[in-house]
Amino acid sequence: MTYLRPLLLAALMLAALSPQQGMARPIRNGGKLLLTNGITSLEGASGGGLTPWAVIAGNETSDGIGLSAHGTLVEVKDYDYQSAGVAIGIRDRIELSYTHQDFNTNEIGAALGLGKDFAFSQDIFGAKVRLAGDLVYDRLPAIAVGVQYKNNNQGAIVRAVGAKSDKGVDYYASVSKLFLSRSILLSGTARLTKANQMGLLGFGGGKQAGHTLQFEGSAAWQLSRRIAIGGEYRRKPDNLNIAREDDWFDAFAAVAISRNVTATIAYADLGSIATVKKQRGVLFQLQTAF
Amino acid sequence: MSIILSLLLLQAPYALPGETAVDPYVADNRHAGAAPFEGDGMAKAFGGQDGIRRIVDRFVAINFADPVIGEIFANHDQVRLKRTLFEQFCFILNAGCSYTGRDMASAHKDLGVQKADMNRLVETLQRAMGEEGVSFQAQNRFLSKLAPMRRDVIEK
Repeated sequence: MTYLRPLLLAALMLAALSPQQGMARPIRNGGKLLLTNGITSLEGASGGGLTPWAVIAGNETSDGIGLSAHGTLVEVKDYDYQSAGVAIGIRDRIELSYTHQDFNTNEIGAALGLGKDFAFSQDIFGAKVRLAGDLVYDRLPAIAVGVQYKNNNQGAIVRAVGAKSDKGVDYYASVSKLFLSRSILLSGTARLTKANQMGLLGFGGGKQAGHTLQFEGSAAWQLSRRIAIGGEYRRKPDNLNIAREDDWFDAFAAVAISRNVTATIAYADLGSIATVKKQRGVLFQLQTAF
Repeated sequence: MSIILSLLLLQAPYALPGETAVDPYVADNRHAGAAPFEGDGMAKAFGGQDGIRRIVDRFVAINFADPVIGEIFANHDQVRLKRTLFEQFCFILNAGCSYTGRDMASAHKDLGVQKADMNRLVETLQRAMGEEGVSFQAQNRFLSKLAPMRRDVIEK
């Protein structure tokens, strides 16, 4: 019986890796068009910077397996944020990701009684499946669903600020399409979430304890093979009594420096965070993908 | 004499002098796989028939020499490919041509084209169009006509 679980896992892996058309076709990695793997969103799903797209991490097509890794820095008026993570894309169909986020409160930590440079952190495990369609080629847009399991590392503190839990799961569905005739990419995501500031301030609160439905979207214009510019919007829940949470906006430029490296710079408006308003600043990300 | 002439005329769409013979088929503009653009904007963006011919010649040359997809082209009739691709591009760009080649599914049958090859082909075409000075926006407009053909091009 002890062998059952590894055997089952091995069988699942083989099923995922084996050719789906029943033909003996060797694995072939790489091959996506530049920029069409997107960048890595703050929570680790491939997409835009603030919101997932219905694309799968890595440079693989349906014939291969891809990998990506990223680091993101956000410097807003009073806070610093860093995240780093990895993702695997299997046959341009399934994406599994892990991301660690750190959110440093700097001077505000002292004002809030948490101590100067107090940092919230959490780990996020994500899974996404592209159900149908294609970002570039088919008439049907790419359609994907995903989950993000979030585990905040400061349980006692987030409960003290009014969160109901230090763990939560987001569920989302994304639809994305690159309209080649206009060189424009549009993507929309609906997310069920109870996370406060992505979960960095815990999950649920006095105003709203459970999941609420939130909408997110990206629009991008491809200027050249290597450069795209655009903007994003992310509607946020407002669960905590003590700290209002605002919707997020950004304006970004993403550059495919090479086939394997994408750099993104964005101006982000994250609104009020942990009682301090007007958190605007710069987001910078480096992503490498194979 | 007239029989020979009519036979020659009948044969013309399949293969012109200098091209390898192919199985007979009925020529039809619909075989180009996309409706042409309206107006002459796209034809101008591609430098008219002269520009399109240069792009196609360069595109075919890059593909034959390409380390990734070159082997797919290796045994193909380069002369015929240049002619039919020129006709197809010229027809879709509304630059004043008819397309006499085969439909996309027949032309790519058993070539074993994978999605990565198709993406590589997009890149070699982008290179050929870029070298001719076609703007990126016009390149993508043209690619939007070719993109739906993927389902007929790739191996199922």
